[in-house]
Amino acid sequence: MLPFFLFSGMFLIAPAIILAYRSLEGPDGTLTLDNYRALTTDTVIAAYSMSVRISLTTAVIGGLVGFFLAWAVSMGGLPRPFRSGLTTFSGVASNFAGVPLAAAFIFTLGRIGVLTALFQLIGVDLYGGGFTIYSYWGLSLVYLFFQIPLMVLVMLPALDGLKQDWREAAENLGATPGQYWRRVALPVLLPSILGTMILLFGNAFGAHATAYALTGGLLPLATLLIGQQISGDVLNNPGLGYAVAMGMVFIMGLSIVLYSILQRRSERWLG
Amino acid sequence: MSGFLSLHGIRKEFNGVVAVDTFDLDVEPGEFVSFLGPSGCGKTTTLRMVAGFEQPTAGTIRLAGKDVTYAKANERNIGMVFQSYALFPNMTVAENIAFGLRVRKEEGSARSDRVSELLDLIHLPDKAKSYPNELSGGQQQRVALARALAIRPQLLLLDEPLSALDAKIRDDLRAEIRRIQRQLNITTIYVTHDQEEALALSDRVVVMSKGRMEQVGEPFEIYNNPATGFVASFVGQLNRLPVTVEDPALGRIRMGRNELRTTSMIEAPTGAGVSLMMRPEEITLDDAEENVLEGIVETVTFLGSIVRVQVGVEGSKVIADLFNERLLELPEAGDSTRISFPPHACWVMA
Amino acid sequence: MTISTAPIPVSTDAEAPEAPARRNRFWAWVIFIMTAVYFLIPLGATFWWSLRAEADKLGFEAYRRLFEDANFWPSFTESVVNAVAAIFLSLLIIVPTAYWVTLRLPRLRPVVEFITLLPFVIPAVVLVFGLIRLYGRPPLLLTATYDSSRVLLICAYAALSFPYMFRSVDNGLRAMDVRSLTEAAQSLGAGWPTILRRVIFPNLRVALLSGALLTFAIVIGELTIALFMAQQTFGPYMANLTRSKVYEPSAMAVVAFALTWAAMGTIALITRPGKRG
Ligand SMILES: Nc1ncnc2c1ncn2[C@@H]1O[C@H](COP(=O)(O)OP(=O)(O)OP(=O)(O)O)[C@@H](O)[C@H]1O
Ligand SMILES: [Mg+2]
Repeated sequence: MLPFFLFSGMFLIAPAIILAYRSLEGPDGTLTLDNYRALTTDTVIAAYSMSVRISLTTAVIGGLVGFFLAWAVSMGGLPRPFRSGLTTFSGVASNFAGVPLAAAFIFTLGRIGVLTALFQLIGVDLYGGGFTIYSYWGLSLVYLFFQIPLMVLVMLPALDGLKQDWREAAENLGATPGQYWRRVALPVLLPSILGTMILLFGNAFGAHATAYALTGGLLPLATLLIGQQISGDVLNNPGLGYAVAMGMVFIMGLSIVLYSILQRRSERWLG
Repeated sequence: MSGFLSLHGIRKEFNGVVAVDTFDLDVEPGEFVSFLGPSGCGKTTTLRMVAGFEQPTAGTIRLAGKDVTYAKANERNIGMVFQSYALFPNMTVAENIAFGLRVRKEEGSARSDRVSELLDLIHLPDKAKSYPNELSGGQQQRVALARALAIRPQLLLLDEPLSALDAKIRDDLRAEIRRIQRQLNITTIYVTHDQEEALALSDRVVVMSKGRMEQVGEPFEIYNNPATGFVASFVGQLNRLPVTVEDPALGRIRMGRNELRTTSMIEAPTGAGVSLMMRPEEITLDDAEENVLEGIVETVTFLGSIVRVQVGVEGSKVIADLFNERLLELPEAGDSTRISFPPHACWVMA
Repeated sequence: MTISTAPIPVSTDAEAPEAPARRNRFWAWVIFIMTAVYFLIPLGATFWWSLRAEADKLGFEAYRRLFEDANFWPSFTESVVNAVAAIFLSLLIIVPTAYWVTLRLPRLRPVVEFITLLPFVIPAVVLVFGLIRLYGRPPLLLTATYDSSRVLLICAYAALSFPYMFRSVDNGLRAMDVRSLTEAAQSLGAGWPTILRRVIFPNLRVALLSGALLTFAIVIGELTIALFMAQQTFGPYMANLTRSKVYEPSAMAVVAFALTWAAMGTIALITRPGKRG
């Protein structure tokens, strides 16, 4: 027990505390909230808003696609082996992030990517048309590669929790399949769907390696900004760097809390 | 054809395995019919075909004069109560009860009137705003019953509604179900594997075994005149003694050196080895003029209002249920005793 | 009370049975095929690219070059060693903790669960930020030499694995009913070290292995922390390669995908129901 607290104290809690402490420290060493006021700097706002946009986009799209995919293999009438295949693949893909994932998409949709070349063959010039993989939509497309599988992994057991009896009870009371989904199944699944989307949001929001490997520093992102601040004071204000980091911790913490609240409710219903 | 609900030649196979076979039944309006039988005998399957969740492989189902064999479940207007309650966890009690009316687009005030009517009926008027997980099992099942009744179904189906409940609540709710059924005079089919439940509740009982109907009849008849060996041994306790037929016309039979007599018909020829059946409560430990057997008391079990005595008679076991009175002198294990039963209380089966 | 049961007439008459599931199945196929296309194209494109290192013909030249690259094996082995060290460190800390929390100190469970969730709250880039600021200068100077930084990196990886390791071990302990096993062992006169080594560990093999493999899959190619601690591990190596070479990165991505697949596939295999123990 003691080693656990000591270790997490040293390597998880203390690093966070020192950042929190430094974020409250002015240039002259006094306690101040100035660093947090400085969060409204254009660079910081730009980075946060891009991070939030990408995280929201991939959470919503990834959540919806992942939900329908989980539905398709669990109750959509696809052959049985599809389900276990998808489960294993999702385990792999949800952990396939970072450099290799970025590389895979560069080879697909980068300037020299296979798909880019194929599009050129049929006369569509992606990059001429303004698309680049190093952009908001490009990065979102890459993130979906681990967001969708994560959603699938959480939704499969949730869908299993829908009792056959509920469907039959609804049908018996005169409900059409549509009414059953609208009034029973979706409301029951909603906490789980929303909670997992929030989890996806945090997942994308805290991602650094994939974005770094893909874009270097081209895209303004909160995590990339913090990275740059570590190597050199790009913000010309060390204190602000700490505040940016604490802002991330706050948002991540909030999403985890919301996720666990919703997940708990969902477990009560879906047992 | 006749009857309010009529099942004719119903058969159901799952991947070639027969679950229900040649099922024929006519149910009168307002009648309470139970399906009774051991696990896996096809009770639920039959009920689900009536509800529309399964489609028969063969046969027809008619309800109120219409052929509904292949009608959609959500168009049959049949109320069903599930063993697992199957209440919608995201809705309050009132919303659950109102669900069927809501999908029927019934107007708001009529709906809430109906809901409070039903909450009164199940004696839970103050639980309208509770969620299912805040209710006890018995309360949840009442709500499930109210929900099924809310749509004014032509027929009420209950699939082992009490089997997830404690013994005491089970008895209360059983009485409650019967009261409500009588009050509404609603045609009801009740599935159970508990014979006491079936006998206590029903106008008629259908005893099933291995997908087939063994016997259909009033509880009294099922118990006293079981049509088959299966019914006899499944419904109630039954003693079975190996005997040989001496004179079929006079009802004379022999067990070892004991001469016995029955007033019921013997269809076997003289000399045939058959079984003599009798209920434990028909056996007394008094001396009588005929049908007396000697034996040794093996066990005595006190069951409250009944004392169950097991007696060994020439290698067979006979169970006698004695009514517990203050004056009853309990025999002890090892005692030698005489048992007897009246000739009209026993019958012969092959 | 007036509760009517006047039957509402049913309008249906016998019709032939139909297949209502067909429309569902159609949409299920549509969704499945569309997502399959999305997932398979990048993988296929990368693989195809990795076969094109030699002009005018497909072959495994890119893989040969990758494996012969002077920095490939050193960085890869270094990452493997780091991962294994982190896994052992994590196991050493988490197994007794999970065990204690299950058996002796259930009151501490919320605290422990909260702490093991911290890696989700503190993103890697923030964690390394804090670590560098904390251990980058005296009195706790750990980033002074390459090797001391490496120790710090391994500790960070162990901490990052806490959520997966704790979940996995905790589930394992629940599944095997630690309490009765422990009491049985105690009644036979076993001491704590013996109980842990002879009773708990063997019964937890599956849980430990899947926690370890998951940690391995995450740590082996980790970029962020290693990068800022200036470690020459596999993650920074791959990032470098992506920037400096044309064909090798594709071979590298394929290899990395295969590695992840091997780790996750093994987990799926050993945790399959009916294959416990
Ligand atoms: N969907 C199904 N697919 C295949 N076989 C089934 C299916 N439903 C039921 N069966 C089989 O049909 C037989 C009858 O099952 P049924 O559920 O009707 O029994 P039951 O009398 O209700 O039993 P219990 O008292 O256990 O509920 C069983 O052998 C069962 O295995
Ligand atoms: Mg059943």
